[in-house]
Amino acid sequence: MTTAPVRPAAGTAVPRRGGPLTGVGALTKLALRRDSFMLPIWLYVVIIGVASNAFAFAKLYKSASQRASLVASGDSNAALIFLYGRLNGNSVGALTAWRYGVWGALIAALMSIFLVVRHSRGDEEAGRLELIGSARVGRQAPLASAIAVAVLANVVLIVVLSLVLPPIGLPAVGSAALALAIGTCGLAFTAVAAVTAQLTAGARAARGLAIGVLGAAFLARAVGDAAGAGGPTWLTWVLPLGWTEMLRPFAGERWWVLALPLALFAAGSWLAFGLAARRDHGAGLFPDRPGRPAASAALRGPLALAVRLQWPSLAGWAAGFAITFAVSGAAGKGIVQLVGTSGALQKEFTRLGGQSAIVNAYLSSLMLLAGIVAAAYGVSAVLRLHAEEAAGRADPVLAGSVGRVRWGLSHLIVAVAGAAVLLVVAGLAAGLGYGLSVGGAGGETARMLGAGLAQLPAALVIIGIAALAVGAVPDACVALGWIAVGLAVLLNIFGQALQLSHWVLDISPFTHAPRLPGGAVGAESLVWLCVIGIGLCALGLAALRRRDIS
Amino acid sequence: MGNAIEVIGLVKRFGKATALDGLDLTVRTGEVHAFLGPNGAGKTTTIRILLGLLRKDAGEVTLLGGDPWRDATALHGRLAYVPGDVTLWPSLTGGEIIDLLARLRGDTGELKRRNELIERFGLDPAKKANAYSKGNRQKVALIAALASDAELLVFDEPTSGLDPLMEAAFRDCVNDERRGGRTVLLSSHILAEAEALADRVTIIRAGRAVETGTLAEMRHLTRTTVDAELDGPAALGDLPGVHDAVLEGTRLRCEVDNAALNEVLRRLTATGVRTLTCRPPTLEELFLRHYADQGHDEERVRVTPAP
Repeated sequence: MTTAPVRPAAGTAVPRRGGPLTGVGALTKLALRRDSFMLPIWLYVVIIGVASNAFAFAKLYKSASQRASLVASGDSNAALIFLYGRLNGNSVGALTAWRYGVWGALIAALMSIFLVVRHSRGDEEAGRLELIGSARVGRQAPLASAIAVAVLANVVLIVVLSLVLPPIGLPAVGSAALALAIGTCGLAFTAVAAVTAQLTAGARAARGLAIGVLGAAFLARAVGDAAGAGGPTWLTWVLPLGWTEMLRPFAGERWWVLALPLALFAAGSWLAFGLAARRDHGAGLFPDRPGRPAASAALRGPLALAVRLQWPSLAGWAAGFAITFAVSGAAGKGIVQLVGTSGALQKEFTRLGGQSAIVNAYLSSLMLLAGIVAAAYGVSAVLRLHAEEAAGRADPVLAGSVGRVRWGLSHLIVAVAGAAVLLVVAGLAAGLGYGLSVGGAGGETARMLGAGLAQLPAALVIIGIAALAVGAVPDACVALGWIAVGLAVLLNIFGQALQLSHWVLDISPFTHAPRLPGGAVGAESLVWLCVIGIGLCALGLAALRRRDIS
Repeated sequence: MGNAIEVIGLVKRFGKATALDGLDLTVRTGEVHAFLGPNGAGKTTTIRILLGLLRKDAGEVTLLGGDPWRDATALHGRLAYVPGDVTLWPSLTGGEIIDLLARLRGDTGELKRRNELIERFGLDPAKKANAYSKGNRQKVALIAALASDAELLVFDEPTSGLDPLMEAAFRDCVNDERRGGRTVLLSSHILAEAEALADRVTIIRAGRAVETGTLAEMRHLTRTTVDAELDGPAALGDLPGVHDAVLEGTRLRCEVDNAALNEVLRRLTATGVRTLTCRPPTLEELFLRHYADQGHDEERVRVTPAP
């Protein structure tokens, strides 16, 4: 961003004009203001994630011998290596870098992708850049300001992280290396997103493409790490996430590795600016493919429409569930060895699961997590009703021969069925992952499938709350739906640790869901959860019938 | 035949703001009725009540013999609607949306007419909706409505995004529909459109109908523009019923209440007339008069919610 303003040739009567970057400052300020809510949350997640892990390792694994045995078990478990990478030494810092280095870099990369696409292609697609572009703003200024915002966010991340970790007891040099490893990965994906934002006409596709590159980076480093000697270990070196490990924070830093993400950032930005200068406003390099000139026979009625609108997102969620829970399930085998090395952690785990068997506690807390995330999916699917209404797309459906209840039910069915699909996927994947790693895949899969589905009634209650909000208080329904999910997270994941009383924990439907595998199944509580969930949905639909459609 | 739409004393409030304040509207079966008013007058609110999307606060509304709120689903099988601001599902193509809207209405979907209309409006049905301009989105909704077999067509400012050529195509289609016996309610602030299409007109201002009737009837109530070249100067300023008289040498221009027309002509012929044109006011002039004259004395505290 050091391009000199273009000067008119001597002798021409053109008035003083700006270069392609005129207006970057103002646009960057505007972007920061529009992000004043989400940006701090992204930064907070990374910083708290790293700091709390460092704190936990320092507290739970006090002696070097405890850490050595953790390293031994961590380094021999393929699933853990796949998830987190290879351990470089047994200091608290090395453990922190192992546990949250790659993942912190992943979140920083996601943050950068969202920031860049939102402020470049997203604004362009929404038509906002057309207005801005007609003002005294250079042709490259919107892209430059989008990159500037992401760079700023990553620099803040690097500075804060390197200041926060030393007081916890980590060496300052290693802290700076870890912070730089995470922040430069963010920078690398800033450039990746800047390029993908030039390729497609839609922001959603540009984001998807960049996240696809991120996914490929994760897989490449995971496979490279998990591959033994003679395997394709070079894969760790090809894409940015692996560089986070190769810098070796807290274990003899290889500073020159930092040149890789910085070079990618420079090259990618250069390419993005080059592409942006060549293309038309609003156009991508990949043109939109034409679709069907007529609707298929299946696209009839509101339910078919809701399915058509929502299945791509459901497919994405399901794929995420499948990978996450298969890997997490496979990691279950290592849990026994891992926990065996720390008395404090052992206590922690039995408290979380409430069951004596550590593996059951681990697997059942996985299913609890699956239940809450499936409920979150359901809430987002139900809120689609509100989004459709707000965008004016409810009118053409309701002006057809379609009643309010039928329309409301269409997205509600997608929400509940989608949550069920996700729980089935979570159960199957976790069962297969665990079963294959310990032997006996068939039995484990059936057991985990049941455990996953047992969470559905509780998820139904959360979905019902969102449905009632959409029907009764449309103005506040987005907030209320997500508050319900947030409460479940707070009570059921952090509740025990926060030492909340039973009375408070009982508010969450997930407190009443069975803890499977290992726990007892109370048919009565399942029935009650179903009754409450269906009742809430029915109330929501009844309210939807009575109110104005905005 | 009876009335397709009958609205009496319709009231709708949004919080403290009154959007409709005792509106009357009658649309006879088989006519093209224009619903005219400036932005925020309450046109869209009225249409949304007729569609059962909003609930009325007071008054009586009958649509095709039924209650638009209670019998919404059944009535919607008999009407087709084109919103003023057409938003479509970005991931669906125009062709898919046209078919989907037909099926949502319960149409069997007559392919011949659909394809004919797609051709007539020059729409590319294989494009995704996110690639359409505002005008093309409007075309998708118009084609879906015109291809339907609905007895009542409701258009909310249907041509706001169309170019003049497509506007002409739309007018042809509406004239075809009139001949085919369909009822059309057309809200607009484009006066030429109403003038070209409407059998009857209702003018709405600040949530109330200020005038309704055929254009002929409404002209009867209003003034005539007189433009004359005279032999000598003639003073008309003192006559009751003469407005805005401008005399430039021997050339006179004025607006005359129809009741005073006789007396004015008598005076002009007394002076001696070289040329004379008398013409009815254009709809623009009618419109301006209603909103200009009545706009001053009443306070304008009206809020219409975004649709």
